[in-house]
Amino acid sequence: MTGLAATSGNDLTTADGVPLKVSLSRAQRRNKIKAVLLVAPLFLFLLVAFILPIFDMLLRSIDSAEVVTHMPNTVRAISTWNGEGVPEEAVFAAAAQDLAAGSRARTIGKVASRLNYEIGGMRSLIMKTARKAKKLESGPYKAALIGMDKRWAKTDVWQLIKRESGSYTLSYYLAAVDHKYAADGSIEAKPENLQIYVNLFFRTMWMSGLITLLALLLGYPVAFLLATLPMRQSNLLMILVLLPFWTSLLVRTTTWIAILQSQGVLNDLAVWAGLITDENRLQLIYNKTGTVIAMTHILLPFMVLPLYSVMKTIPPTYMRAARSLGATGFTAFRRVYFPQTLSGIGAGSILVFILSIGYYITPALVGGQSGRFITNFVAYHMQQSLNWGLAAAIGSLLLATVIVFYLLYNRLVGVDNMKLG
Amino acid sequence: MNKHIKILGMAAFAGAFSATAMADSLTVVSWGGAYTASQKSAYHDPWTKKTGDTIVNVDKAQAGLAGLRAQVEAGNVTWDLVDMLPSEAQIACDEGLVDIINHDQDLAASPDGVAPSKDFIAGSLSECFVPQIVYSNIIAFNTTMFSGKQPSTMKDVFDLKGFPGKRSLQKKPINNLEWALMADGVPTDKVYEMLRTEEGVNRAFAKLDTIKDNVIWWEEGAQPPQLLADKEVAFASGYNGRIFNAQVNEKQPFQIIWDAQVFEIDGWVVPKGKMSKVKAYLSFATDTQRLADQAKYISYGPARVSSAALVSTHATTGIDMKPHMPTYGPNFKTALHKNDEFWADHLDELTERFNAWLAR
Repeated sequence: MTGLAATSGNDLTTADGVPLKVSLSRAQRRNKIKAVLLVAPLFLFLLVAFILPIFDMLLRSIDSAEVVTHMPNTVRAISTWNGEGVPEEAVFAAAAQDLAAGSRARTIGKVASRLNYEIGGMRSLIMKTARKAKKLESGPYKAALIGMDKRWAKTDVWQLIKRESGSYTLSYYLAAVDHKYAADGSIEAKPENLQIYVNLFFRTMWMSGLITLLALLLGYPVAFLLATLPMRQSNLLMILVLLPFWTSLLVRTTTWIAILQSQGVLNDLAVWAGLITDENRLQLIYNKTGTVIAMTHILLPFMVLPLYSVMKTIPPTYMRAARSLGATGFTAFRRVYFPQTLSGIGAGSILVFILSIGYYITPALVGGQSGRFITNFVAYHMQQSLNWGLAAAIGSLLLATVIVFYLLYNRLVGVDNMKLG
Repeated sequence: MNKHIKILGMAAFAGAFSATAMADSLTVVSWGGAYTASQKSAYHDPWTKKTGDTIVNVDKAQAGLAGLRAQVEAGNVTWDLVDMLPSEAQIACDEGLVDIINHDQDLAASPDGVAPSKDFIAGSLSECFVPQIVYSNIIAFNTTMFSGKQPSTMKDVFDLKGFPGKRSLQKKPINNLEWALMADGVPTDKVYEMLRTEEGVNRAFAKLDTIKDNVIWWEEGAQPPQLLADKEVAFASGYNGRIFNAQVNEKQPFQIIWDAQVFEIDGWVVPKGKMSKVKAYLSFATDTQRLADQAKYISYGPARVSSAALVSTHATTGIDMKPHMPTYGPNFKTALHKNDEFWADHLDELTERFNAWLAR
């Protein structure tokens, strides 16, 4: 106090004579460091477990280094080829050299896998020739290679190698939207009997929308009851909501199989009650219906909980006030109660929608052929076909879609208005 | 009292440590279900008894190649031995994900001294692959679903009028395209020739179209016996060993249609850098006796010629195993050998077409 009094005016100092400004900024810096240190573990975790993998995925969807890494001589030799007819002897010689070296080092299989994504049959062409090329000692290589397999005389094989000789490619993204490179390098749609992903994208979107809507219709009254019933009943109800939430996803999904299948509980009951005949049992599973029913149930808690937490904060007196001012029950609900729950509806809907876009276990188990999502194909290409580039491209498109939806939502509702609790 | 407990605890702790230090632990990847159980009884348990090594079973063979590629790329291979189909084993070998096997040096000769390279079924060995069994993809049906005539051929499977009911097929083009052509009258030795042409593939899909609305597609090997038992479907494709397991161990009224069976070989690959660790086990698990023993638990034929004579009866029920083997004479008449090279080349494009066909 004395110090402050002594230097009254513009130069404030603390008791030990340090200018207040300096002391303050020092204290603030210490706080900042503390805050950064507190946040650091989570930040590092997110960086390592979330942001870097996403970048890696984005990179993988355009990465195409197999040909240039494992067939470097061919890539150099083919760069001067004009893309017509068959390349000259030097290209064949380089290819024979690369194939033989790749076969010895056991790396040529990567090239074979990569090229086989583009033209079926490239795998055996590359592998067979590579095995034989090891024994090849001198030229002319052109005749030798074509002698091993006459496909080497085809223009499109060489055009493919030339096209994929860069480090990056767009062909995974093209494949993800049902397009491909034509032989001359232009982009064309795939034949209709090979088109699959675009339709699946749209199906995933509208089915997720439907699941969100159903979850809202079912969840809203439940959340309302939870928020308004006396504590003892609402606690019991809460447990009923949370119990399935805590149950394993697989258990819940297989339970739906037991209930919905054509020899299952629901159909048995309907037949027993005489609603349907034994021959006309309803097909409620292994199609879109199965996916919608099971996923609505599984995602319901994600709708109920945000709604509940918002409804809990709405004082019951508002409704009573509205009623006492002459509003009917429905008007009071529509004009007073409902608008206050919008932020909960927004939060619940976006949660359920985004979660359901990314679901793949449930659709895989109960979706049959018509109820599958695009995510099932990401899983398929990750685990079965091993076309990780295509999986990454589909995944990136899905990520972009979710971001677009999020931005749209932000524009329309505002993220600040979203309440999770 | 407390002191005693402490000392006892420490001793136990030390004991546990020394035990793990002495015995090894092997991580073996396989297909799960009845198949892993048969491997456990025939190979793992005797090996543990003999050496004290523990064997950890991982049921991830379905995504075996993906797992191997990921582990090798990350430089952290945790699997010691992987059960694989020869087509995938070839890809793994070409990409350098697995160790090369020197069959005559690394494996055991037959009891009468025939070298492994001569003892395994001709054409089944390859650079990185040791075969264990011959298994077969077949279609089975639930006998209680048909009161009159029972189906017996592949044509019957595609005959919705004569044999109504749902069918369950695996959700991939392999086997289904072959079956469609064979049901359409293509002789077995022309099937792959036909599938290499556009018309052949169209013909196969056209035949599948005739039953498409009545098909439930399965993805896990355990599904078809379940669907058959629930009478959810009348026919289901599956691995003959799993159907056998349901027939014999669970007394299900199933019958196998051996007509147009598609058989292939299944075996081991050794992940990159693991050869020295698993060599002794691999040699043990693929010797003549062990392969013959496995046939006591599941109806897959042993891949060694010298094992065939030792195949006897089922371990628990005592029934004769021979008529249940894919290679048994009457079963084998119209059998088709799955063409690995064809599928290595065309799996990507045909799967794409198959998926597009499914989604329509």
